[in-house]
Amino acid sequence: MSSETKVVQESKVQNIQPKEIQVQDQKFTVSASPHIRCNESISKIMWNVNLALAPAAIFSIFYFGFPALINMIVGIVSAVACEYLVQKFRKMKITAFDGSAFITGLLLSMSLPPTLPPYMVAIGSFIAIVIAKQSMGGLGFNIFNPAHIGRAALMVSWPVAMTTWTKLTESVDAVSSATPLNILKHQGYTSLIEIFGSNTAMYKAMFIGTRNGSLGETSTVLLLIGGIYLIYKGYINWHVPVCMIGTVGILTWIFGPTGLFTGDPLFHMMAGGLILGAFFMATDMVTIPITTKGQIIFAVGAGAITVLIRLKGGYPEGVCYSILLMNAVTPLIDRFVKPKNFGARG
Amino acid sequence: MLKRFLGGIHPKDSKVYTMDKTIEIPPLPSQVVIPMSQHIGAPCTPLVKVGDKVKKGQVIAESDAFMHSPVHASISGEVIKIAEMPHASRVNCLSIVIKNDGLDEWVQGIPLHREWDQLETAEILDIIKGAGAVGMGGATFPTHIKLSPNKNVDVFIVNAAECEPYLTADYRMMLEYADRIVTGVKIVMKVLGVSKCFVGIEDNKPEAVSVMKDAFKGTSVEVVSLPTKYPQGAEKMLIKVLTNREVPSGGLPMDVGVVVQNVGTTVSICDAVVSGIPLIERVTTVSGDAIKDPKNLLLRIGTSYEYVIDYCGGFSKTPEKIISGGPMMGMAQFTLDVPVIKGTSGILALSSDVVNSGEESPCIRCGRCVKACPMGLVPSMLSILGERNRFKEAKEEYGLFNCIECGSCVYTCPAKRNIVQYIKYSKAQNLAQSAKK
Repeated sequence: MSSETKVVQESKVQNIQPKEIQVQDQKFTVSASPHIRCNESISKIMWNVNLALAPAAIFSIFYFGFPALINMIVGIVSAVACEYLVQKFRKMKITAFDGSAFITGLLLSMSLPPTLPPYMVAIGSFIAIVIAKQSMGGLGFNIFNPAHIGRAALMVSWPVAMTTWTKLTESVDAVSSATPLNILKHQGYTSLIEIFGSNTAMYKAMFIGTRNGSLGETSTVLLLIGGIYLIYKGYINWHVPVCMIGTVGILTWIFGPTGLFTGDPLFHMMAGGLILGAFFMATDMVTIPITTKGQIIFAVGAGAITVLIRLKGGYPEGVCYSILLMNAVTPLIDRFVKPKNFGARG
Repeated sequence: MLKRFLGGIHPKDSKVYTMDKTIEIPPLPSQVVIPMSQHIGAPCTPLVKVGDKVKKGQVIAESDAFMHSPVHASISGEVIKIAEMPHASRVNCLSIVIKNDGLDEWVQGIPLHREWDQLETAEILDIIKGAGAVGMGGATFPTHIKLSPNKNVDVFIVNAAECEPYLTADYRMMLEYADRIVTGVKIVMKVLGVSKCFVGIEDNKPEAVSVMKDAFKGTSVEVVSLPTKYPQGAEKMLIKVLTNREVPSGGLPMDVGVVVQNVGTTVSICDAVVSGIPLIERVTTVSGDAIKDPKNLLLRIGTSYEYVIDYCGGFSKTPEKIISGGPMMGMAQFTLDVPVIKGTSGILALSSDVVNSGEESPCIRCGRCVKACPMGLVPSMLSILGERNRFKEAKEEYGLFNCIECGSCVYTCPAKRNIVQYIKYSKAQNLAQSAKK
C-alpha cells in the first residue's frame, strides 16, 4: 500500500516539472534490437484492402440497387459483431475493429447473389468468423479463407437461393437474368453471344460490370483498380492474380468448346468471381504460402482447379472451391518451398 | 557492375542530426571505467592493482588466450577500483577505474614515428596486436587475427557503408581523417599481400565518396558508391555486392578470399603502426531525437555515457531507450553508467516517438519478413518455432544459425513481432543443448 502511494507521488512530481529530467531516477526500456520499426500495422493493411474493395462495392449499390447495400451492411456488421463477441467471450484482446473482420464480411457479401435474404448473409458471416476464423485461433491461424468458407457453407445449405439470379433493376434486365457462366453451362457459347448481341458487347459489359452475377464480382475494371492499388502499396504480390488469371485464360483457350485452342480466354478471365477471387481472396496472406515461389504454385493450382470445375464440373463457377482446396495444401507448399539460404552449399 | 543482395529495407537514415558536425574533442572526464572485455574472445586479466599510477597508453590488462586483445589506460592517473561494473553488451564486466590526474601523460615511448613500409609483415601484426586494435564497426573482432587469415586472400574490403541509421562516425572520419585511412588501408594491403581493394560507401554519403576517391587517386584502391539499402554494411552483403562472392553458410569472408575491415579500424591501424598509439579513443556519434545537441565526438575509452550525454547538452525530451550502437543492431542500456568501449560506434537516446514499438500480435503470414531477409530465411517461421520452444527444428530445417540478426524482419513486421529476440533465444538454447552433449 505504502509503496503504491510512493509511486503515485513520484509521477506527480515528474508531471509538475516535465522539463527537468532527473537522470538518476530515469528508467529506460530494455529490449532486443532493432529499436526502430516501420509504421505499417495489421489494421493499416486491412483498411487498405477495404479501401481497394470500395470502388467495386459502391458500383454494386448503383447497379443492383438497395438490396446490395443492405447485404453488405449486414455482412460487415454481423462479421464484426461475431468477432467482437467471440473475443469478449474468450476474454481475449478485442481486435474486432482492426478491419480484418470487416474485410471478411464485405468480401462474403460481395461474393453472394444480390438477392440473397439478409439473414442468410448473417449466417454466412457467423460461419466465416466463428467457425472458419476464431475457432482456429483467430487472425493468423485460420487455414481457410473465412469469407469463402462462409460462401461454401451457404452454397450447400441453400443451393437454390445461392444460384437464383433474379432481375433486380432495369439495367440488369437489359442483359439477362442469369449469370454469363450459367448461360454458358446450360445453353452454350453461341446463345451466350446471342444474348449479349455480339462478342464486343459482351466483353464491354463484363469489363464495365453491367452483367448479372454476385454482388461485387461484376465490374472487372473497378476490381482491377483496387487490385493494382494493393500491388502498388506492396500489400499483395502481383504474381498471385497474374498467375491465377493467366492460368485460367490459357487453359480455357486450349480446352475450347469445339476442339483445342478454340476457347474464349477473355470471357473466362472476366467471368464469375475470378477477378474478385484472384485479387482479393487468393491474396489473403493468412491462408496462402508465404514465399513468392509458393504463391505462384498456389495461384497456378487455383487457376487450374477453377477451369476444371468450370469446364468439367457440375457447378458453373469454381473460384471459391479452387481457392479453398489450395488453402488446404498451403502448409504443405510452405514446408517444401523455402527460399534458398544465402551461402547455402550446392 | 555492382551486384545486388536480396532483401533489405529502407529505414529513414536520420543522419541529418550529426552529418555536418565536425568531430569534437570534449574535456577529459574525471575518471574512466575500462572493462576487461571489449572484444570477441577471452576477457583480459588486470596487470595493475588499486593504488597503481598509470599513464596514457600503458597496457593495463592482458590475456594468454589466442582470441583476445590487450587493454590500455586511456588517461593518466591512479587506479582507484577494480570491480564488476555495468557494461554495454554484457550487463556486468570486471573493470579498472582510473582517476584522472589531469596531466594526460603518455607512457614512455609513445608517440613515436615509424616508417611503416620498412617493417616486416610479422612486425606489423605484432604492433597491431599490441595496440589492442579490434573491429570498430561494433563486432570488435581482434584485428590482428582477422589480418592473419589461414586461407588465400586476394581482396581487401573497407567497410564504409555505415548503413545503420543515425550513425555518422565513419562518415566524419572519411571527411576528416582521409590521410590516416589511406595509410591504414595501404598497411593492411601490405600485410595481406593483396593488390585489390574496395572501399564501399553507401550513396547517401556522396561527399565521403568524392573525398575518398580523391584520397585514393593513383592507387589500386577502388572507391565504390553502393545503393543505400540496409544492411548494406553487413559483411556478407558487402562482399556479395562488391565481388559477387557468396560467403558459404557458416563460413568466414576468408573462405571466399576476402578480408573486411571497418573504415574506423583502418584509422586505428594507421595510428598503431605509424605513431605507436594504441586504441584508447574512438569517434562516436551521440545522437537521437532526445539528445539536445547531437555531436560526433572523439572519446577516450572508459568515458561514461552520462558524461557524454551531459556534454551534448543532456536530454531534450524523455528518452525511452538509450542505445549503444545503431538503432538496428545496437544494445539497449539500462543505465547511463556504462562506459564507452572500443566497439561503441554510437550512443543514441531515442524518445517514445521513435521507439514506440506497439504491441506484439500473432503472425499474419504477410511474408514481408521473407522479402526483407537478406539471408534468404523465413523469419516468421523462426519466430514461431522460437515461441514454441522448437529450437532444433529451427536450426535443422529453417537455417537458424544463418541469421545475422540485422533486424530487417522486425523492422518491416506489421504484427510488431520481436523476431530477432526469438531467434537470439533459439540460438542460445541450441548452443546450451549442444554444450550439454
